[in-house]
Amino acid sequence: MNPLLKSIVSTDFGFAILRVLTPLLLPALGVAISGLSGASNIALEGIMLVAACVGVLVSAFAHSLWLALLAGIAAGVAIAALLGYFHLRLKADIVLAAIALNLFATGITIFLLFITTGDKGSSSSITSLVFPAVQIPLLRSIPILGPIFSGHNVLTYVSWLSVILYWLITFKTPLGLRIRAVGQNPDAAQSVGINVNRIRMYSLLLSGFFGALGGLYLCMGYLSWFSSGVTAGRGWIAVAAASLGNNMPLGTFLSSLLFGVVNALANYLAVLKVPSEFIQMIPYLATVIALAIYAGQAMRKRKASSEGPGPAGAGAAPDAVRAPGAEEPS
Amino acid sequence: MDRFILKYFTLIRTVIAILIGIVVAVALIFLVSKDPGFSLRSFLLAPFLSRSRLSNIVEGASPIIFCGLAIAVAFQAKQFNVGAEGSLYLGAAVGTAFAVSTSLPAYLHVPLTLLVAAAVGLAWNVLPGILKAKWKASELVSSLMLNYVGYYVGLYLINFHFRDKKAGYLVSYQLPQSAWLQQFLPGTRLHAGIFLALLCAVLVYWYLYHSTSGYEVRMTGFNEKFARFGGINVVKVVVLCQLILGLLAGMGGMTEVMGIHRRFNWQTSPGYGWDGVVVAIIGRNHPLLIIAASLFLSYLRVGGQQLNLMSDVPYEMVIVIQSIIILLITAEAFLSQWRYHITVREAGKKGALS
Repeated sequence: MNPLLKSIVSTDFGFAILRVLTPLLLPALGVAISGLSGASNIALEGIMLVAACVGVLVSAFAHSLWLALLAGIAAGVAIAALLGYFHLRLKADIVLAAIALNLFATGITIFLLFITTGDKGSSSSITSLVFPAVQIPLLRSIPILGPIFSGHNVLTYVSWLSVILYWLITFKTPLGLRIRAVGQNPDAAQSVGINVNRIRMYSLLLSGFFGALGGLYLCMGYLSWFSSGVTAGRGWIAVAAASLGNNMPLGTFLSSLLFGVVNALANYLAVLKVPSEFIQMIPYLATVIALAIYAGQAMRKRKASSEGPGPAGAGAAPDAVRAPGAEEPS
Repeated sequence: MDRFILKYFTLIRTVIAILIGIVVAVALIFLVSKDPGFSLRSFLLAPFLSRSRLSNIVEGASPIIFCGLAIAVAFQAKQFNVGAEGSLYLGAAVGTAFAVSTSLPAYLHVPLTLLVAAAVGLAWNVLPGILKAKWKASELVSSLMLNYVGYYVGLYLINFHFRDKKAGYLVSYQLPQSAWLQQFLPGTRLHAGIFLALLCAVLVYWYLYHSTSGYEVRMTGFNEKFARFGGINVVKVVVLCQLILGLLAGMGGMTEVMGIHRRFNWQTSPGYGWDGVVVAIIGRNHPLLIIAASLFLSYLRVGGQQLNLMSDVPYEMVIVIQSIIILLITAEAFLSQWRYHITVREAGKKGALS
């Protein structure tokens, strides 16, 4: 059997997929919950960077995982709050404000790294902590499933729980109902007494929370250090994943899983004698292709469901990111 | 005074945003530096104090102007395409490949090389444009992903096919002299590409404000529904503005290679595409203001490099303050209370007169 094929059809590969899935899934949930409220947060790249950097630095200097977790989440939520403040209060365009915050994050993280460690590239000169891996008692001894699903980082399990948490929030709580109402028709929501801005702020804060967890996992689990630009576009892939998943819990999970598989595959293909440039571009290329296919299909569905003249999304959604599917009545 | 403020309100607001940015910079320097006085001097004044640094400001502004114009055309139509980064990189890489593998007289080599780079940049934005226009797929995400793809394709092209193995580091072969943009001031690296950037700014200004097509671009951005009902082919505009973006960005990257480095030496992307977003926001998508914004950004850059070199404050401070500046500028309601206050006062005065 071909050695590459052999390594792909193995439990290791399954494990690897789940490992690379986490830092895509968490920010994707972040994009999704904000997108559901109609204020798509595309600053996940920045949120992850800041949370990861703060988490790593705090864990290195305070030697406490709990403190690092708290500080990282606080930092990520703070960036989301800033976005909310600028978009909702100061009426900044959310896309431009998010681009500005992403830029801010790249600058401030390197700045912090340099003044605390004297190094701009990475935090390898300080020893930071990592979140522990967890063996699941019964599951671990089951063949095939055990090696795939057990022994992951604790935050990986948190990410799966987050999918359920996200589902619970959106479909089982009053807040979730309001978030969906505000996203589908802010004016109607306003007319029944829902404070649109406040609901959007809550959903942005939640998106900051999920994003921060993703950033923390990336540098204190997946890796054990922070380096400049470590997110490498994951925050953007998350935007694509959420939009492919129609901002729904299961959909977002599945589309993140798709990108996780592609990412893991790219890592495995690195053994082939193909220029590494081609391997490295696979996740991004796959994202474009998936986005194109999805958008095409969504458009066909929209056309089929509303033959003849009608609004059919025409002229709607100047908001760039809400694009595919988000404005569909469901 | 009040009337003056109201008339130039957006400009004044921009200046205030920039001042706040600089105040933050000063605060950061005081926070971090052991010798803040010296650091401040090297950040704010040193760029003006030598001929070479002054010329650095101008030459550094050149690619940023190209990218700023590129982004502005798309932003004017409310298309959040940020593909200038990938278009510039890939355009310059393919342009370099073309320049080193052909030998032509200079009067053909220079324009053809620029044309190739511009065409590649344009082609790189066909997909985001069409995906958005036809299927409403987010051009922001697709152009961003293509930035990464373009980067890796360009890198592959240079490292595997046009790498100068004698150079000792990862760069392409040197461009033949016939494909150089002339440097015209001895002792500096000021090159003909700067004039091309200025020319493009004037052309884009003419296009946006004095041509039918440019009017359609602005109208689509202003109100897409209205534009559609007014008979504008919005689908065409959406694609077209993104193609123009790619064209300008590709050309801008190439002028940098032809005028300054004379080789393709970017192992990591130089980031001009993002600078373009920054200056488009600061210049409020106006081509002529973008020139000023680019010079300002370039000045911050040179100051930041000076800071990095001479003091204990890292260069990234510049990124932090430029993000604060654009954040404040995009905030429509920033200072709106103040404006409201003045408007009311002015109206009160008028009421008293009549």
